[in-house]
Amino acid sequence: MVKSTKKTIEKIYMVLILLLLYVPIALLIVSSFNASERNKAVWGGFTLKAYIELIHDEIVMGALYNTLLLAFGASFIATILGTLVCIGMINMKNRSKTIIMGITQIPLLNSDIVTGIALMLLFTKFADLSFATMLIAHVTFIIPYVVLSVYPKVLQVNLSTYEAALDLGASHLYAMWKVVVPEIMPGILSGFLLAFTMSLDDFSVTYFTKAPGLNTMSTMINAEYRKGIQTEIYALSTIVFLIVLFVLFIINRRSEKLYRQQEESGVVL
Amino acid sequence: MYKTALKFKAISVLTAISLVLASCGKNKEEKAKKQIVVFNYGDYIDRDVLGQFEEETGIKVVYEEFLTPEAMYTKYKSGTVQYDLICCSDYMADKMIKEKEVKEIDYSSMEHIGNIGDTYWQVSKSFDKENKYTIPYFWGTVGILYNTTMVDKVPASWNDLWDSKYKNNIIMQNSVRDSFIPPLVLDGCSINTTDENSLRKALEALKKQKNLVQSYLVDEVRDDMVNEQAAMAVIYSGEASLATEYNEDLAYVVPEEGSNVWMDSWLVPANGRNYNGAIKFLDFLCRADIAEKNFEYVYYSTPNKAVLDNIDEEEKEEDTAIFPGDDVLKRCEMFTYLGPEAEELYNRLWKELKVY
Amino acid sequence: MKKLGSRLLAGPYIIWIVLFTVIPLCLIVYNAFTNSDGSFTLGNVLAVTDYVNAKPLFLSLNMSLIVTLVCFLLSFPLALVLSRYSSNKNSIIVMIFILPMWMNFMLRTLAWRLILLNNGFLNKGLGILGFNPVYLMNTKAAVILGTAYDYFPFMLLPIYNALVKIDKDIINAAKDLGATGFIILKRIMLPLSLPGIASGIIMVFVPSMSEFVIADMLGGNKVYLIGNVIEQAFNSGYADVHLGSGLSLSLMFLIIISMVIYKFFDKGEGGHGLW
Repeated sequence: MVKSTKKTIEKIYMVLILLLLYVPIALLIVSSFNASERNKAVWGGFTLKAYIELIHDEIVMGALYNTLLLAFGASFIATILGTLVCIGMINMKNRSKTIIMGITQIPLLNSDIVTGIALMLLFTKFADLSFATMLIAHVTFIIPYVVLSVYPKVLQVNLSTYEAALDLGASHLYAMWKVVVPEIMPGILSGFLLAFTMSLDDFSVTYFTKAPGLNTMSTMINAEYRKGIQTEIYALSTIVFLIVLFVLFIINRRSEKLYRQQEESGVVL
Repeated sequence: MYKTALKFKAISVLTAISLVLASCGKNKEEKAKKQIVVFNYGDYIDRDVLGQFEEETGIKVVYEEFLTPEAMYTKYKSGTVQYDLICCSDYMADKMIKEKEVKEIDYSSMEHIGNIGDTYWQVSKSFDKENKYTIPYFWGTVGILYNTTMVDKVPASWNDLWDSKYKNNIIMQNSVRDSFIPPLVLDGCSINTTDENSLRKALEALKKQKNLVQSYLVDEVRDDMVNEQAAMAVIYSGEASLATEYNEDLAYVVPEEGSNVWMDSWLVPANGRNYNGAIKFLDFLCRADIAEKNFEYVYYSTPNKAVLDNIDEEEKEEDTAIFPGDDVLKRCEMFTYLGPEAEELYNRLWKELKVY
Repeated sequence: MKKLGSRLLAGPYIIWIVLFTVIPLCLIVYNAFTNSDGSFTLGNVLAVTDYVNAKPLFLSLNMSLIVTLVCFLLSFPLALVLSRYSSNKNSIIVMIFILPMWMNFMLRTLAWRLILLNNGFLNKGLGILGFNPVYLMNTKAAVILGTAYDYFPFMLLPIYNALVKIDKDIINAAKDLGATGFIILKRIMLPLSLPGIASGIIMVFVPSMSEFVIADMLGGNKVYLIGNVIEQAFNSGYADVHLGSGLSLSLMFLIIISMVIYKFFDKGEGGHGLW
């Protein structure tokens, strides 16, 4: 009896938090279908106008495109650099490792605003703001997430397998690619994913380092919502939500597969 | 060991070089000739006009917006971007001309410059003494936009912004100089005063008002008023006129005590890269059909005769917001640049208001 | 030469962080300690004691502590509940709770604007139910709400990760020995999840401490935080790079202090708790 009430309370609590988390998003999505021109809190009939306008809106679509390009590009570069350094650190002295890991934490612990400002100061001195500088900025603040995801996995790499591969005549590169990389793959993937999320979500760093005429979703929303053409942005939120759901579905499928593989092979990560 | 160190260095240098190359780009100058970088207020041009310009001339328009003239100046000064054209208000143009941050405009090469009415060139002289550096874009007044269903009488006085009846129903401009207009005018001061006591007194008035103010906004004001978030807002005439189009309950008034009349102009900043492109763009904006199209979108008071001649008198009489009568203009004053010391004082007072 | 991984592999990364993390930081420090004519000054760093800067700083501190507390109070019980569903299924359940994190940050904040506006969803809803409207928009409460909503997943996840790692046998053993639920919570769950909690607190506290855009969107510029002061020092008004750098440095200093406190709790294991 007591146990079941406890369970009920738990369930109610979970549902309440879920409501708190999802009601705002739901309202955004509902608003995108609201034909009411003025107040979105008043229902003015169903319309798909916002979606049609969205597709033709170069500003919004351009920002979406930039955001995705930036996020993919930056997390790709960050993943490569981050993975390489993790492998490279295996043979380092403890002190060097500590120094590298210490510096790695800087962008993580610094607030975004300071990272953004610091990079802005650098770019103002040495370069024009462009897509390249935005890319550099993004790579810089997402790299720590890759390193922190990959490094623990690198520490667990079984060196004897690698050495065995070498003894069997594999080149360093080949052994690395065939033995080490697959072993640290989960770390690389989750690092990439985390980096990607952080890049997608960023406002502050982009805000300070963005090039003229180039907007990411965040900076575009920051500029556009003020002018009162918000319906398209609400429509955009529906699309973003669907993309997120889709990506999570894929990841979930993957991680389940991974989980099963691990169980079969007996490797526990 | 030595070899490794060497390799390490080689890799370092290579990476560094490639990074520098990536960030700079090789043919920067060449690229600059094919594009112009335009810096303007938010929502202050018909984007189709930009597209049409690109089509007709093959010059790409990189378009960037700012919220306040002060923000524009900072961004410009930081040098992160080389702008070819900037649109800004009178006192900021004044400042940039005084600081020699502008290039002379070659009016002779502009076919359509004649469309700008003489009156406006005269007005421009208050900040561009010899009419050498700027081209008038739009102009207007600062006043109160109010919702007729939410106020019981026309807020014809700035004093109404201090009426506790409207607590939480007032929107103020989030722009330094504009926000100081009401208290300064009420106090009988010039809006260009640099007297510390007057300004301090104005600040005290604004502090007292803060409790009644719903928010301090710039671009959002129009939308919030259209959506009936507040009863009154300090706003630019052009914005007010647009807002009344969307919501019939809204009306605009320039308070009887007086206010600010402003002129936004284009100027060519000193460090621009594509002067010819910028001039071409300015000429394009003056062209009758383009000016007309742009006017229809922006809907601020235009100095373009070709456009004005096409508007019938009736419409002009109806929309007093963007076609104010002489009696209104008579009680309005233009901003001038106040010099670095006054700027610093304003900055300080503004901060004190923000943290109050 | 059988060693795995040449140290050279670290080269590109090291160059990257030197160029884009270390040097920019040095620029901030340099700017902070000089004035516009390039001579040394302490004024910018000490500017934080000026009340126009100190007040926003304390407001930020105050508000981010509230945000952190709200996030903790909401997420700890939730993490406890979630950690009990220990099957493969739970990854999906947890995912559902952190999914809003993946929506764009500005969109999430915009959603709260929709809700809180004077005649937004909240007041329309209250109106239908016959209640008086509440004017939350442009208040500290609105900014706290928006910030807590944005950073909630960052608190939930590390705590959940810490709780899930607790060996079930320990809890069962405690139960067998007659410990009540409360004792288990106090003596086992709480201490063992401390690294996760510390991690969550940092993940929420640090970003909300320097927040400026939420205050902008939900505070109507009436809530003026240290993030706003710094942003304004660079981007608007009569900007002062040196003052902005000085204030950034002060903010960094504050965050470093909280980091030291964090390290105090986080002894060894479970440091990077987010995933």
